[in-house]
Formats: sequence, C-alpha cells, structure tokens
Amino acid sequence: MKDNIDILAIESSCDETAAAVVRNGREVLSNVIYSQIDMHTVYGGVVPELASRAHIEKINPVIEKALSDAGMTLDEIDAVAVTYGPGLVGALLVGVAEAKAIAWAAGKPLIGVHHIEGHISANYIEHPDLKPPYLGLIVSGGHTHLVIVKDWADFEILGRTVDDAAGEAFDKVARAIGLGYPGGPKIDRVAKAGNPDAIVFPRAKVNKSVYDFSFSGLKSAVLNYLNHAAMTGEKVDQADLAASFQKSVVSVLVEHTINAAREHGIRQVAMAGGVASNSALRAAMQAACDREGLSLAIPSPIYCTDNAVMIGVAAFHEYEAGTRSGWDLNAVPGLRLGERGK
Amino acid sequence: MKILAIDTSGLTASVACLENDNILAEYTVNYKKTHSQTILPMLDEIARMIELDKSTVDAIAVAAGPGSFTGLRIGSATAKGLGLALKKPIIEVPTLAAMAYQLYGARGLICPVMDARRQQVYNGIYRFAGDTLVTVADQRPIAAADLAREINSMDASLTKDGVIFLGDGLVPCGAFLKEHIEVPVSFAPPHACRQRAAAVAALGAVYYKEGKAVPAADHTPIYLRKSQAEQERERAEQKNGHT
Repeated sequence: MKDNIDILAIESSCDETAAAVVRNGREVLSNVIYSQIDMHTVYGGVVPELASRAHIEKINPVIEKALSDAGMTLDEIDAVAVTYGPGLVGALLVGVAEAKAIAWAAGKPLIGVHHIEGHISANYIEHPDLKPPYLGLIVSGGHTHLVIVKDWADFEILGRTVDDAAGEAFDKVARAIGLGYPGGPKIDRVAKAGNPDAIVFPRAKVNKSVYDFSFSGLKSAVLNYLNHAAMTGEKVDQADLAASFQKSVVSVLVEHTINAAREHGIRQVAMAGGVASNSALRAAMQAACDREGLSLAIPSPIYCTDNAVMIGVAAFHEYEAGTRSGWDLNAVPGLRLGERGK
Repeated sequence: MKILAIDTSGLTASVACLENDNILAEYTVNYKKTHSQTILPMLDEIARMIELDKSTVDAIAVAAGPGSFTGLRIGSATAKGLGLALKKPIIEVPTLAAMAYQLYGARGLICPVMDARRQQVYNGIYRFAGDTLVTVADQRPIAAADLAREINSMDASLTKDGVIFLGDGLVPCGAFLKEHIEVPVSFAPPHACRQRAAAVAALGAVYYKEGKAVPAADHTPIYLRKSQAEQERERAEQKNGHT
C-alpha cells in the first residue's frame, strides 16, 4: 500500500494553462503554468476563443512537463483532478475533456474541482496549520467573495460583489488611465508613488448589505473624475489617482473582512485569488489583522494567480472524502461556491 | 492495427474502434446533449463491449475540423488526453473528407456540407478514383450560392455523374442547392448523411499507413476561420492603414 497520495491537477478556466503534481494536498512536486497574457494584451482583456485555442495548443506539453518535473509517470499518479467551473466555458472544456481522457485511459479516478475552492485551498501549501473554520476573502479578476470556510468543502457565503469583480475594476481603471492590461499589477506599481488620500472616491460598498461589494460605482467615479479633468484641462496625476482608487477598493475589502471576523468570532483569516497579491491589500489586511489579533494567511503570489497546484490541494481533500467524478463530468461556467456538479 | 476514432465536429457525437479491416464498435448519437457529457461515456461503453485492452491501441483518429470550434476542441482534447496517456499518435482526419469517405464507390462528385452559420457552409468536393478518395476542392467555408456556381462551372467530365450531397448543411441549404445546381443532385440517405466515427477510423487507417500520424502534443483543430476578435482587429487595422 502506498503511503502518499499524488494527484495530477489540471487548470484551464481562464487564460493560464496549468498542470501540477501535488503530494498529500501539501507538498508541491511540480507547478507548470503557461500564461497567455501577452496574447490577450493587444485586445485589452481575455478573448475567450483565443484562450480556448491556446489551451489546446499548450495543454499536452504543460501536463507532460508537470509529470517530468515531478519525476513521475502517469502510472504512479493516484488521481487526476481538473477545474470544471466557474470560468470561461470553452477554456474549461479543454481541461475537462483532456483530464477525463487521461484518467480514463490511465485507469485513474477523476476529481472535478471548483476553481474558487482551489484558490482558497492554495493557502494550505504554505500554511500547514490553517484548518477550518476560518474566514476566506477571494479576490480575483472574475470573483469577489467573503466566505466562512466551515469545513474543507463547506462554505457559507457572507458577501460577494453585486457587479464587477475586484480585479475587473483594476483592469477597467487601468485601461482608463492608459496603463493597459493587466491592470492589477500595473496599478499596484504606479500607486506606490502616489498619495492615496489625494482624491476621495466612493467606497465599494452596497448600502443595504453588510458584506456585499460593489465596484462599478467606484469605476464610474474614476471615469467621471477623468472626464471632468479632461473638460476643465486639469492635469491628472496618474499615481495619485491609482493610489486613491486602490485605497478605496482595499479599505472596503479589509473593513468587511474584519467586521465579519468580529461578528462571527473567527480568529483566522485567509486571502486568495490574483488580487491577493496586491501589495497595498496585503499590507492593509496584515495591519488590520495584527490590530485585531487575528492570524492571516496569504499565498505567495505564484499561488495567488491561477495555477493547478491549488486544484491539486483541493482535490486531495475531495479524494480523502471519497469524491469521484463520472466520465460525464461537464464544464459548469457559472458554478457557485459550495455547489457541487455531478 | 487498432484505431480509436472520435468525431464531435457537429451536432453528432460519434466514437468507433477499428481493428485491421473490421469496425469492432461504433456508437453514434445525434441528440441535444453536449458532447462534453456524452463522448467519454460513449467511448467507455464501446470499450467495455469489446473488452478493449487500451494498451493495444495504435493511434487515435479525430475529425480534426472544420466544425463547431467548441465541438472540435472537445474531440481534440479527448484525443490528446488519450494520446498522452497511451503514448500514441493522433491521426488528423479532415471532417469533410471523412464524411465523403462514407460514400465509397460513388460515381459522381461527393459534396459534404456542414452548417457553418453566417450564410455559409463548410464544404469540400471529392470523388473516388478506384479505391482512392480524391480531393477536387479543399475544405473551406463557402456561401451556398458560390458553391452552386462553382459546381455549375465545372468541366462536364467531373459532373456528368451528378453530385451527391450530405451533411447538416442541407438543413438550411439543401433546397437552395437543388434548385440552383444544373447537374443532377441527390442527397445521401440518413445512415450516410452525418458525421460517423467509423468513417474517421477507416480513412484514418489509410492515412496511418501513409505515415501521416502526428504526436498527440502537436495536434490542434483545423478551424478554417479566425476568431471573431482577430477578424475584427484585422478589419480595424486595414481600415486604419487605408486612411
């Protein structure tokens, strides 16, 4: 009987083609990510059809490299895991069809994984002590969720965005001030030289709801500010604007998280998703958690962006719980957190 | 020689297993369920029926396109996953050539048409010269009216035995083609009028013997069309270039 559970994981939900081998849900044996970002940059965002085409081109080399980097053959793998939602349907389908065929041909169990659960699970790699229950803030280009992780695969959603995702707001504002795509890292960099209190933008809150987020009003306020400046001939300080916008996003993310921790008496906080690598958010959340005496887990940036390691980690807990997907596993682009496909 | 074949290029989902000169199994479904859900359970079903030892598979043949972009990728990703796991190559069979191959022995021109939307069909024109499928016109997207004109302007030696059409492009365009083509036109009967993986396997075997298999990693679908975003960008660039 084998002591270790080694999972080959595949992720293709958006614009990264990724594969990884993860041991026992903790140890990263390989982590291969092919980013398509350069291809999409000229379009100012991810083009779904191009993303799907690139996935088909790269998926075999990426998987083969993940196996060879781990020094393993497919025979030695215990299960094949794949992201089946949420995400771009055409992109998801490439990974799902590929993973199913590999698992079937190699006679291995198949485990479909929820992309957002994967993001949260990324924390277990570098924070082995992190265990449910804890508060999770997932912020990325497609998702903004504040959840209580009650158990390994049991989530209570406290709040979510009612319009744009946090990362989407970064992209849109970056485009408006001429920084281009992807907006998150670019605003983060430019904002370092700016004054976050230079311009007062509205907070990214929803009036009636305690924990929901809204970023489209903030985005409009930035656009209005730019229009007004253009009309009156005022010079816009790009750094000040980026810093002020960023502060408006970050302060609401932090405030909601801390309020939820207080209300629910939770002492651990974990962040996940691409926006969790934003330096202002990391610093502000750390300071707030320190003040409140809360522990904070944030994955390294390499595990914040879309990757397959996080899918392998989440899949391990599913594997241990006996979850097995059928050969009819389908891509579910609108899969909700905590929802199970078949 | 054993070949697994997959066709998910259109509305029909089809899998087959060919051993030498014998189709051991074929499973074809033309129903509304998505290929993503059906294709692997179908493959699993025929594998159990024929007690397939997967290690004896020599190659995976796939209807490589044209077709629905998403459908093609489901077939391609499935084929690539099989190829990766079994360490076997892929035989890329043009969708329309495989469709035409169903009408082996036909005397006239064979003209498969797939609904390509945007007032076009995907089409290639083929004929048999003895045992060999000969390509008269390479597969391409084309408007039904242009296809009719093309056939009407062909040399009589090619069209004297008429034209047999097949494929789901007949649903929108069959009546039009029949009306506008000046040589005798017939439509293939239902068993030979849609994609079938048995034909992909059979033509794939011919290609395989000619050494035409490719490494699974290298296979990508034959889309025949650029993405909408690329087309729009090129149009915009052309426009800017001219002003």
